[in-house]
Amino acid sequence: MVEFWNSYLLPTVIILAQILAIVVPMLIAMAYLTLYERKVMGAMQLRKGPNVVGLFGMLQPFADGAKLFFKETIIPTGANKFLFLLAPMITFFLALIAWAVIPFDDGWVLADINVGILYLFAISSLGVYGIIISGWASNSRYPFLGALRSAAQMVSYEVSIGFVIITVLLCVGSLNLSEIVRAQSGDLGILNWYFIPLFPMFIIFFVSILAETNRHPFDLPESEAELVAGYQTEYSSMAFALFFLGEYMNMILMCALCTILFLGGWLPPVDIAPFNWIPGVIWFGIKVAALLFVFIWVRATLPRYRYDQLMRLGWKVFLPISLFWVVVTAGFLVAFDMVPA
Amino acid sequence: MIVATLAFYLFAILTVASAFMVIASKNPVHSVLFLILAFFNSAALFLLLGAEFIAMILVVVYVGAVAVLFLFVVMMLDINFSELRQGFLNYLPIGALVGFILLVEILLVVGGWHLDPDALTVVTAPTSELSNMTNTEQIGNLLYTKYVYLFQAAGMVLLVAMIGAIVLTHRQRPGVKKQVIADQVYRRPEEAMAVRKVEPGQGV
Repeated sequence: MVEFWNSYLLPTVIILAQILAIVVPMLIAMAYLTLYERKVMGAMQLRKGPNVVGLFGMLQPFADGAKLFFKETIIPTGANKFLFLLAPMITFFLALIAWAVIPFDDGWVLADINVGILYLFAISSLGVYGIIISGWASNSRYPFLGALRSAAQMVSYEVSIGFVIITVLLCVGSLNLSEIVRAQSGDLGILNWYFIPLFPMFIIFFVSILAETNRHPFDLPESEAELVAGYQTEYSSMAFALFFLGEYMNMILMCALCTILFLGGWLPPVDIAPFNWIPGVIWFGIKVAALLFVFIWVRATLPRYRYDQLMRLGWKVFLPISLFWVVVTAGFLVAFDMVPA
Repeated sequence: MIVATLAFYLFAILTVASAFMVIASKNPVHSVLFLILAFFNSAALFLLLGAEFIAMILVVVYVGAVAVLFLFVVMMLDINFSELRQGFLNYLPIGALVGFILLVEILLVVGGWHLDPDALTVVTAPTSELSNMTNTEQIGNLLYTKYVYLFQAAGMVLLVAMIGAIVLTHRQRPGVKKQVIADQVYRRPEEAMAVRKVEPGQGV
């Protein structure tokens, strides 16, 4: 019995506690991301944003959540009930399980697996299923059109994301996310981070994650002027809330990935006091928040792309450039004998 | 250890069951979704074997790309499902025959499998160099040294297939307006607009 407790139950309890320690702060972060977005957009449009519920509107996300929770769930009569309810759950769970491999600080990671980056790539490529299943199961025109657009869009931009990841991996020599961050440490601090030597890839990666998360200016799957709300049209109450949570969680996830690949993860920009007194997890949060600010900034600034322009950008611009850059990076590393062991 | 065994049986049963549902379910969209479930469970089986690279690649390539295209095509089909099921019994003997032949072939191949006794000693004595590597590195080492020509040849076959598919489906449509981005970028404000001073009440 004691052996059973030590070898099975105790590890299970510890893992569950770790999972909760990641998921609960993530959900709160996601709730405050919606407030952050509304406040930043308000400031950019010379408005105040939400400021009534709680101090500075701090309780607004919870008021919104409570409102959605008490709404009635409506399932269209022609819908495939099982898949209709499964789709938002897929979106939400995929957005959560990806956090298992993200290193928040040196050693602060739930599963430090060898193929961490491939795991993240696999999870993000699955995100399309929540959308395409919801579009089909709703049995309605607008959601279906939105789902088809989204499927094509996410598959297209995944290709260039893959090549960008390969470029970074060539420089690191490991698929482990913690190793990727450690490879960017050094005496030069911020100058060691990969966004400087791989600057074009950083830009391509950032634009591609905008498309991958269906955000402006690539939010064609839910463009309200043409498709009502795209794949979410028929959803209400908690089913809608799960889509919403999943989408925002994916934004944070992609920004975290960008931070790990290009902005040195938990590393401080300059490795001297007082910068290295601040814990790594705070630096990680600051970098992710800065990238999220750019997400919102883009949303407040740019008009939406047309669909053919979106496809052109993905296949005819990003794919050749990122493929070319893989060859350039590999050639450079071999020519100067800098290939990591 | 018992947990790993239980997990193996769970994933194995789910793989076989969902593979069966691929051919048994009435709705083709459900079939594709069961196919995805089967891919997933086989990826989990690879993970149990310790082949994490192959497991992840299976999910990325098959679930993330190939099955999306399947789903895309199947969802666009406009078919009457009850019509599809008619004549099921007529075709059953032929289908059963094909299935039986395939089963016999697999049994013959697997039954005739015979390991060279020397090969067994090689497998059980891993070199110290290889045992320190992750399996991503091991696959990379094999693929880019020992099998590099075969690997390149496979790549060439895929390239030819890709070009072939594009050539077959591409058609020139006359009279389609295309956006030339370079022209738009090279346009100067002076060519595109004129500033006029308009007197009140005169119009342009």
